[in-house]
Amino acid sequence: MTAGTFARPGTGRGRRGGGRPGGGRPGGGRGRAARTVRKVADSEQFNGWAFVTPGAVIIILFWAAPIVWSAVMSFQRSNLLSPSTPYVGLSNYRQMIHDPIVSQAIQNTLIYTALFVPGTMVVGLFLAVAMNRNIRFISVYRTVAYATMAISTIGEAIIFTWLFDPSYGIANYVLSRAGLPQQQFLNSPSQALYVIVAMTIWGWTGFAVVVYLSALQGIPQPLLEAAAIDGAGPWRRFRAVTLPLLSPASLFLAVWLTINALQLFDEVYLSTQGGPLNATTVVVYYLYDQAFQQFNFGYASAIAYFLFLVIIVITVIQFRVGRRFTYYRS
Amino acid sequence: MPPGRRVRRMPFSPWHLVLIPATVVLGFPFLWLVVTSLETPAEALRFPPVLIPHALRLANYRDALDSAPFVRFFINSAIVAVTTVACNLVLCTLAGYAFARFRFLGRTALFAMIMATLMVPFQVTMIPQFIITKWLGVHVLAGVGINHLGALILPNAATAFGVFFLRQFFRTLPIEYEECARVDGASRLTVLVRIVLPLAGPSLATLAALTFLDSWNSFLWPLIAVTSTDQMTLPLGLATFQGAHSTEWTLLMAGNVMSLVPMLVVFFIAQRYFVRSVAATGLAGT
Repeated sequence: MTAGTFARPGTGRGRRGGGRPGGGRPGGGRGRAARTVRKVADSEQFNGWAFVTPGAVIIILFWAAPIVWSAVMSFQRSNLLSPSTPYVGLSNYRQMIHDPIVSQAIQNTLIYTALFVPGTMVVGLFLAVAMNRNIRFISVYRTVAYATMAISTIGEAIIFTWLFDPSYGIANYVLSRAGLPQQQFLNSPSQALYVIVAMTIWGWTGFAVVVYLSALQGIPQPLLEAAAIDGAGPWRRFRAVTLPLLSPASLFLAVWLTINALQLFDEVYLSTQGGPLNATTVVVYYLYDQAFQQFNFGYASAIAYFLFLVIIVITVIQFRVGRRFTYYRS
Repeated sequence: MPPGRRVRRMPFSPWHLVLIPATVVLGFPFLWLVVTSLETPAEALRFPPVLIPHALRLANYRDALDSAPFVRFFINSAIVAVTTVACNLVLCTLAGYAFARFRFLGRTALFAMIMATLMVPFQVTMIPQFIITKWLGVHVLAGVGINHLGALILPNAATAFGVFFLRQFFRTLPIEYEECARVDGASRLTVLVRIVLPLAGPSLATLAALTFLDSWNSFLWPLIAVTSTDQMTLPLGLATFQGAHSTEWTLLMAGNVMSLVPMLVVFFIAQRYFVRSVAATGLAGT
């Protein structure tokens, strides 16, 4: 048995093509078949496939094949009710362009994303910087922030629907105590989306804090001390040292939160069902409605592919632009 | 503390002045959730709101349990989450290890295909997934079909993320231990189980924590795949309950507390792993 049998893939040290391990001892007459079986059972080829197959079957069946299938479906008129699925070319995509609710949904999704992503990042960064110190009760502060990670989106949406209830909610009570007029919140077409922004920022705070805190704790203290010796004040140190060193975490959060924001669904489903007057109809909510309320699978697939395209384009832009502002040590 | 600066002594850190209000704002929704769940329905529907209930009305919890099978939802959620985590640990370990250490025909192509699924949002695959699941339930095994818990487990029994995550980890291990065990005649599976896995504890725990959170909070797929009450998981059950009792806030909050508490307990027991797993996703991106 040679070390080559176990060569790390990708290092070029390995034997090309895998194949039989060992030197292939000359087989005797007796038990040659048994030995061959054992040799095959011990080979990288056999083991590779045996180890990979169970997981790969599931991933291919439920995740890889559906990618192709829904692409095909987006060119078909397909719904659950009729068995025939004729090809209709680009008609689903053309329908999308002329569908006023689609453009409304795109607009809502973009507004939501543009508010939610920076909002969560600013809140997370601020809290993480505040919590990145050993003071009394720090574990209480951190624990409360982390707790927002434990609640489901549905639980979160129910609480906020109650907090912002127009008649009995405590938000209106606070406004009335402050002498401000009562608001309709989720019942108002001009406010509902912002309430959803607020509830989702709250729900993601713990996540953002954890990411920023772990990045902050990776910043070497000597760098900050050197800056202080050079006469940089706290704000200057934060701007010139901490923030650049946090940029990889910021880029990650920006990308991750954006991908999640573009797929907003749960909170909308629970609190407004897209209303009032489509004010909170986001792309995925409309997609769900088309697919599983109207059963227009073809049209919904076209919307899904459109969403996919938007996510890819925005992510690529974020990485391109982000790279310019991202500072990687090492 | 930066050197060279006069440090003024304060009785407490000024950061408390920032953190106390922030914590009050962050914690208030939780507090108000619990308060409302203990009020009488009449107290909840009063304006200005009753900030401190006159008596702790635990009957809300009994009423919530009477009007929706929260225990059933909880058991379903637990079955789905635990099975999904277990399947992921086994299947992703096997596949991740093979991708990390074995050379076999088609490895690169297969790995690329699996990685490609990571980029695609769930909304793209959910309609075919629904059709496939429906077909499997009718033609293969009812237990994995629409309206069965298996439908919530099977599609997530192995994830591309898990395969990728563990492969990356296995590649960082020094190969010498494995080579030694092989020279001593251990089979490849034995090497994986006896040599590699004992070193993989923290990575497996991280993957388990992430998978558990994902599964426990998953909503869209259960919403599509399950319609009968006795197969619902907690988020779906809660949402359905809200649909039926949208103005009975005390019951809703009681149900919400009951759904939240088990997760909070798990979360605080395993906080280290949850925090580390989120931090790990963060680092993976950097």
